[in-house]
Amino acid sequence: MTAPPAAGLPAVQEETGYPEHPPRMGFFTDTSLCIGCKACEVACKEWNRLPADAPFELTAMSFDNTGQLSGSTWRHVAFIEQRKPVRAPQAPGGRPSGDQGAGDLRWLMASDVCKHCTDAACLNVCPTGSLFRTEFGTVVVQEDVCNGCGYCVSACPYGVIDKREDDGRVFKCTLCYDRLGDGLVPACAKACPTESIQFGPVDELLERAEARLRSLHRDGVQDARLYGEDPEDGVRGNGAFFLLLDEPEVYGLPPAPMDPTRDLPSMWRHAAAAAAALVCGVAAAFLTARR
Amino acid sequence: MTTRGRAGGGATLTADSIAEEFTSYYDRPILKPPVWRELHIGGYLYLGGLAGASSALAAGGELTGRPSLARATKLAALAGITLSLAALVADLGRPARFVNMLRVVKPSSPMNMGSWLLAAYAPLAGVSALTDLTGRFPLVGRAAGYGAAVLGPAVSTYTAVLIGDTAVPAWHQGHREMPFLFAGSAMATAAGAALIATPAAENAPARRAAVLGAALELAAGRLMRRRLGMVAEAYERGRPGTLTRAGELLSLAGALTALAAGRVSVGRVSGGSPTGRGRVRAGSLASLASPTSRPRASHAIPGHPGRGRALAVVSGAALMAASVCVRFGVFSAGVASSQDPRYTVVPQRARLSTPPS
Repeated sequence: MTAPPAAGLPAVQEETGYPEHPPRMGFFTDTSLCIGCKACEVACKEWNRLPADAPFELTAMSFDNTGQLSGSTWRHVAFIEQRKPVRAPQAPGGRPSGDQGAGDLRWLMASDVCKHCTDAACLNVCPTGSLFRTEFGTVVVQEDVCNGCGYCVSACPYGVIDKREDDGRVFKCTLCYDRLGDGLVPACAKACPTESIQFGPVDELLERAEARLRSLHRDGVQDARLYGEDPEDGVRGNGAFFLLLDEPEVYGLPPAPMDPTRDLPSMWRHAAAAAAALVCGVAAAFLTARR
Repeated sequence: MTTRGRAGGGATLTADSIAEEFTSYYDRPILKPPVWRELHIGGYLYLGGLAGASSALAAGGELTGRPSLARATKLAALAGITLSLAALVADLGRPARFVNMLRVVKPSSPMNMGSWLLAAYAPLAGVSALTDLTGRFPLVGRAAGYGAAVLGPAVSTYTAVLIGDTAVPAWHQGHREMPFLFAGSAMATAAGAALIATPAAENAPARRAAVLGAALELAAGRLMRRRLGMVAEAYERGRPGTLTRAGELLSLAGALTALAAGRVSVGRVSGGSPTGRGRVRAGSLASLASPTSRPRASHAIPGHPGRGRALAVVSGAALMAASVCVRFGVFSAGVASSQDPRYTVVPQRARLSTPPS
């Protein structure tokens, strides 16, 4: 694979075979702006007519009573309470912008979503061709084709896509494929009151993300880092990337996810060798057997 | 990807030190555990192995003039593949859409490749078994049998690729050794079925295949767990651990019993009077394999109800049980490893802290 031009995400539509296509679209979720209102969860449920995650239960661990992304939850707001020294952004005068001295309790909130990977494991392993790459570079399930084999569920390194047991098929974020076709913004981004969820062409989003990271670092928020923006990572970058304020696993994200299909050639080689070993073993069993 | 700054001087973090600093989101799993039902897909892994290796044994029986062995293994192959296909279809969320597996040819999907493989193999195994049973179309039957024998080993081992091509730590990280574990397990269980169903006079190759298969199964399983590092715990703790240990013990017991059965049978057969070579087909391996032979009529004699026969049955049952334990152990270890975020995070952290070579 040729290296993409300076820090951009690969133009995955061309690799898929779209001769002409709109720019690759995605999300930049800036978790430093998230206030945990869950408007994205609700807007997503409403627009996509997602069923409830029955039975409703309180997790009793935080304000997060959704728990995880699932077949019927395509945006999930994580709530993390930490005892950590808070280094607040400095006001221009050099004084802390708020009173954080006493408790040292900080809240991290982050709206998680399907990453729309460049190398999407779910898409690669799907045996029916139900999962496909759209002209926007996103990854979508064709529900009229899916036979509910569940392979994608085990393949996703982020634990995003899931099967609805009552329905039998798998479901996940479509990046509002229907809205995109009409030139609309995805429901979650539209509903987000703080612009924590930003939607647009991934190249533009990446520039914004890098500018935001520089400004946070300048303000002394050294923990800030981007997640999923690196085309050199195990999935060649995500169409939906994040700005995080702690390690990815604190948010329930894998620190170094990889598309398992990368190892497929090696797997087939080992399986062929093992099949050959089986043939040799059986042949040896017959050749050495006396009557 | 941002790496941790806390290991001073860029020192490589060991898996242990990473495990100590392990953090997670309320200990929730990062991955979704497989939605495959254990009975169906664990059973599918086992039955596919039984079928594929049985077809290889059947071809050997055919080539060396052991008709009882050939028939028993052909039937095992047909039963195995029929049940495994049924399990596969039953596990789908939309079983009626099973044929969608064949609407594309997709090399990046082991399940798609496997579906095509099974679509080719199952009819061959079926024709081979049914023509043998009915005695009709013997040439077609033999050709189908050899075809099934060519595809059978792939049927036995491709399932390792199937589960290896996932994010499930205990499966993916064992992807180099898993095909050999499955090959050994398939060989041992097919040989086990043959030992149960074949008269002592014809089961010498099955005894050898049993020992070789069990040895490969044990060695590949051990090697895999040694190379898995901390992820090996998923194979050693709880229910997967019980299944893994039971599999090893049964394997060992089955192989030793097969050896003992061989000693008893060899004593009996070599005591008999060699009455000249039976009818051997041209090009048959029998001329290589059997310096002595028995009259062909002995095929019609049911198995000796002696000690050798009893030992063979015990050995066969142990080997089949061992293989069941191994496959279900692998399946449940995968599920366990996907439910604990530790197995996802610690190896990934270790990879990040190792400078790329």
